[in-house]
Amino acid sequence: MIPAPFTYLRVGSVQEALDALAEYGDDAKLLAGGHSLIPLMKYRLATPKVLIDISGIAELSGVTFEGDSLVIGAATRHAIVEHSPVVKEHCRLLAYTASLVGDPQVRNRGTIGGSVAHGDSASDLPVSLLAMDAQFTAQGRNGTRTIAAADFFVGFWQTALTPNEVLINIKVPLAKQRWSYQKFTIRSQDWATVSSAVYGNAVALGAMADIPIRARDVESALLQGADISQAALLADHNTSPSSDTRASSDYRRHLARVLTEDGLREALARN
Amino acid sequence: MSLVGARVLRKEDPRLLTGRATFVDDLLPANCTFAQFIVSEHAHADIRHIDISQALQIPGVLGVWTALDFRDYPDLPGGLPDLERPPLATGRVRWAGEPIAVVVAEDRYIAADAVAAVKIDYNVLPAVSTIRAALAPDAQLLFPQHGSNCLVTVPMLDDLDRAMEACDERAQLRVVNQRCAVVPIETMACLADWNIDGLTMWATFQAPHHLRNKVSAWLNIPQNQCRIITPNVGGGFGAKIVFAPEFFIMPLLSKWVGRPVKFSQSRTEAMLQMTHGRDQEHDLEVGFDRNGRIKALRMVVTQNLGAYADPTGLGLPVLTNWMAGGCYKIAKVQTAFRCVVTNTTPVAAYRGAGRPEATYAVERLVDLVARRTGIDPVEVRRRNFIEPQDFPYETHNKAVIYDSGNFPALMDECVRLLDYETERKRQEAFRNDSSKPLIGIGFSTWIEIAGFGPNGSLEGFGHLASWESTQIRIHPDGSATIFIGSAPHGQGTETIVSQIASDELGISFDRINIVYGDTGTVIQGIGTLGSRSTPMVGSATKVASQRLLERAKKIAGHLLEASEDDLVVADDSFSVRGTPGKKVGWADVALASFQPLRLPPELQAGTLEERLFHESPNFSYPSGAYGCVVEIDRRSGKVRVAKMVLIDDCGTVINPLLAEGQVHGGVAQGIAQALFEEMQYDPSTGQPITSNLIDYLIPSAPDLPNYIAGRVNTPCPNNPLGAKGIGESGAIGSPPAVVNAIVDALSHFGVEHIDMPVLPEKVWKVLSTATKGST
Ligand SMILES: Cc1cc2nc3c(=O)[nH]c(=O)nc-3n(C[C@H](O)[C@H](O)[C@H](O)COP(=O)(O)OP(=O)(O)OC[C@H]3O[C@@H](n4cnc5c(N)ncnc54)[C@H](O)[C@@H]3O)c2cc1C
Repeated sequence: MIPAPFTYLRVGSVQEALDALAEYGDDAKLLAGGHSLIPLMKYRLATPKVLIDISGIAELSGVTFEGDSLVIGAATRHAIVEHSPVVKEHCRLLAYTASLVGDPQVRNRGTIGGSVAHGDSASDLPVSLLAMDAQFTAQGRNGTRTIAAADFFVGFWQTALTPNEVLINIKVPLAKQRWSYQKFTIRSQDWATVSSAVYGNAVALGAMADIPIRARDVESALLQGADISQAALLADHNTSPSSDTRASSDYRRHLARVLTEDGLREALARN
Repeated sequence: MSLVGARVLRKEDPRLLTGRATFVDDLLPANCTFAQFIVSEHAHADIRHIDISQALQIPGVLGVWTALDFRDYPDLPGGLPDLERPPLATGRVRWAGEPIAVVVAEDRYIAADAVAAVKIDYNVLPAVSTIRAALAPDAQLLFPQHGSNCLVTVPMLDDLDRAMEACDERAQLRVVNQRCAVVPIETMACLADWNIDGLTMWATFQAPHHLRNKVSAWLNIPQNQCRIITPNVGGGFGAKIVFAPEFFIMPLLSKWVGRPVKFSQSRTEAMLQMTHGRDQEHDLEVGFDRNGRIKALRMVVTQNLGAYADPTGLGLPVLTNWMAGGCYKIAKVQTAFRCVVTNTTPVAAYRGAGRPEATYAVERLVDLVARRTGIDPVEVRRRNFIEPQDFPYETHNKAVIYDSGNFPALMDECVRLLDYETERKRQEAFRNDSSKPLIGIGFSTWIEIAGFGPNGSLEGFGHLASWESTQIRIHPDGSATIFIGSAPHGQGTETIVSQIASDELGISFDRINIVYGDTGTVIQGIGTLGSRSTPMVGSATKVASQRLLERAKKIAGHLLEASEDDLVVADDSFSVRGTPGKKVGWADVALASFQPLRLPPELQAGTLEERLFHESPNFSYPSGAYGCVVEIDRRSGKVRVAKMVLIDDCGTVINPLLAEGQVHGGVAQGIAQALFEEMQYDPSTGQPITSNLIDYLIPSAPDLPNYIAGRVNTPCPNNPLGAKGIGESGAIGSPPAVVNAIVDALSHFGVEHIDMPVLPEKVWKVLSTATKGST
């Protein structure tokens, strides 16, 4: 469980990070909390030659307002998102979702940016961010661009970020919507077997495909006036869950329906 | 005041809880080098070629060795003749993770790079990863020279057909006791330093002298030049009495590189290389009458040994067969077993070792009898119990004579603390209310075999003998050091032994320390295994203390000019009964024991030293009644253990705090087996698919209930303490209680059995079929 040799660089600004990425190209990887990347490196499933540690970049950490959005720096730790009074007041869904990530040690190290950039469909935060239609700001050498959540997750462990970009922040709407996050785990502290986030009329699912996805059929059924239990039955439409030691794809489909129904009911009750 | 029976805080905790304990991997001698195995990536293959040239070129690599380099050394100790395990795979690899070569480097990082640089060319063979595949007529053989993957068959003496036919009713059941990984917090580690004066090896092991005996023989060096030290050991659960190749290879590597060599496994290495536990399949039949009285029981065990026959692995089905009758009076019990090799990690002892499997089988059967007869499972148990007056009770196997117990009392206490009737009412009320979870109530009344053991019992597993040793040394200031042969690894034996010695010697608890785990200082020893330390080394210490005290009293009497018969010892001093103020301190007596001029003529300097090898006439038989209430979520099928009542009878309790701790830990492992854990292999490739703690589901505290504990005490008649042992009880008694509760919750759907681990999906399948059927 020892990673292949690598060089470690600690950078103090986004510009330095971008310069380093440009210099080392494909050999380099950004390191934030290290809680997804380091395990992969220990198995030598990832063998970057250079690690660029961005976790100390002050401008990447913290929560601010911008218009009617909440802006969360990419290197903000899960624990900050979980406990921040601002996030708790303006975006309970996000604070609550962060509180379910791993255990306290993981939340004290892992970052929201690392969690989304890792692109694992069983991660918690991406599912809620997708339900909220969050906006992801990426910075490259040629400036910044905004990527909509719906376009951000591309494939298994793949996102729309290019290797030369740094994710700067994530913007979530301030609108107070009814919300719920349902996470099914076999043991209390674990990755989701399936998860379901509800935010207003949006429903998103985790671990039901190679990326977090929206349950569009549920959403449109609700808009057309279907009741919750009927709409929830559509939760597994257009999903492609995998089978593994925790659950078969059929069981995941069932869980998606159950969690979505529970989520919709809980969200309604919060109204 | 007596310390035996008191909730004394653990002596070992301050160092463990402040991070000041020393484990093998904490040691770093000067010039230390680091070893790592290159392991097979295939489950079954012939090795065509091993290319170490690239690895050797990496700066800092001191060497790479393969089986060829060990050809002058024997196979690893134990196992079956001609089918032994070689120290490194020779020609053929038999499981994914089997060590093939070993590298030594200046540091761990270089070693890991060298491992990645070794190239092995394999001729891949079909893998047999299950018992069924191994026994298929055209199965690929692991040991072609043997002609079959079934290495051992022990048939029944009588097939019981007649007895079964004579019963009103009979029922068959097939149960699987799934493979579990052992997962001690500390993985395997050793540090070998072979220099001019001989070999010293620090190893994480449960039985240092046992290891010393085998390693010195294997290396062909005198035992006094082979010192094994087991410092603090972070859990063993049976996997650390296995003769893993590292313990034999690392000393030689140290000799060859002329420097200390350290080996320490990562978690994934441990998951694949440390032996696993359980992995038995049972074909069971029970014959009974309409009143729920069991007349005949038949048990056929198939043991998956994994890739090689480990000596304790071979012993597992033996113990399962021995304990097949549980705590019931069954006229006819017949057993058989066979042992099968597969392309999986070898299987050996894991907390309970053969007894959890037996208990699970019998307890599932008893519930089945209850179901078939419509009689309450508590009542069926009561009707079949061995009664208190039946002890000593001769079982179907002549090696097994239950020493004592009171099963009806255990059952009563369990029913009372579980609040059985209320729970049954709640179950009834909830069953028809779809907003409520399904409730299930399950019991397990069990007896196990512990206190290993009487002469001859451990020799079969390759041990020198079955006694345990103690050696008490009084220092000139009246403090005492006790050297014990059984080396603990988390049990709290330092505390237990100190309590016993303090009571007997009258020396205060804090002036006694315990030394263990070093063949250079402890005379001889067997080890901590088979729930034996308290009955064996505790008894040894009690008797040795009494003998030593007799001489100490002679000295005290001499100093006080009083008759030794009038002396009482307590609080570190000797006083004369009935003569207040006439006393002498232990310190002065101890000092005198080293000063010939102050000794009575019949004693010599240094007399206050006593050693004893305690032999036991029989095993001990801890027992208990566990009750469990589960709540099942109707939609997801997820099981929650809502209540767990644990009534134990381990005879005399030396320290309730430690006894409870042992049970809590064991029950956690038992619930883990019932609900979460299973070591799985891809059936087609034999690749392990649960080789880390993401995929192998060990639970954590929130997954476990608060335990409600109670106690019945029938002292063990076979040792001076009356103690039976409690290390494995929890892991033995709890799985069937949980599974019986789950089956009970689902019984109205016609469910009679469900295999472990009962993951939510299994239950969901039952529930969804049932609801489909009803609409
Ligand atoms: C024991 C354990 C339990 C866990 N349980 C859960 C759980 O229950 N739920 C859950 O959702 N997650 C869980 N995780 C994962 C955890 O949330 C990780 O922290 C998170 O997924 C990754 O964040 P990080 O900051 O550690 O990223 P890192 O590991 O540092 O990086 C992950 C990836 O993102 C890239 N990256 C990081 N930051 C940026 C950036 N600003 N711009 C571009 N690329 C970037 C890195 O290059 C890397 O490829 C668990 C992890 C562990 C170790």
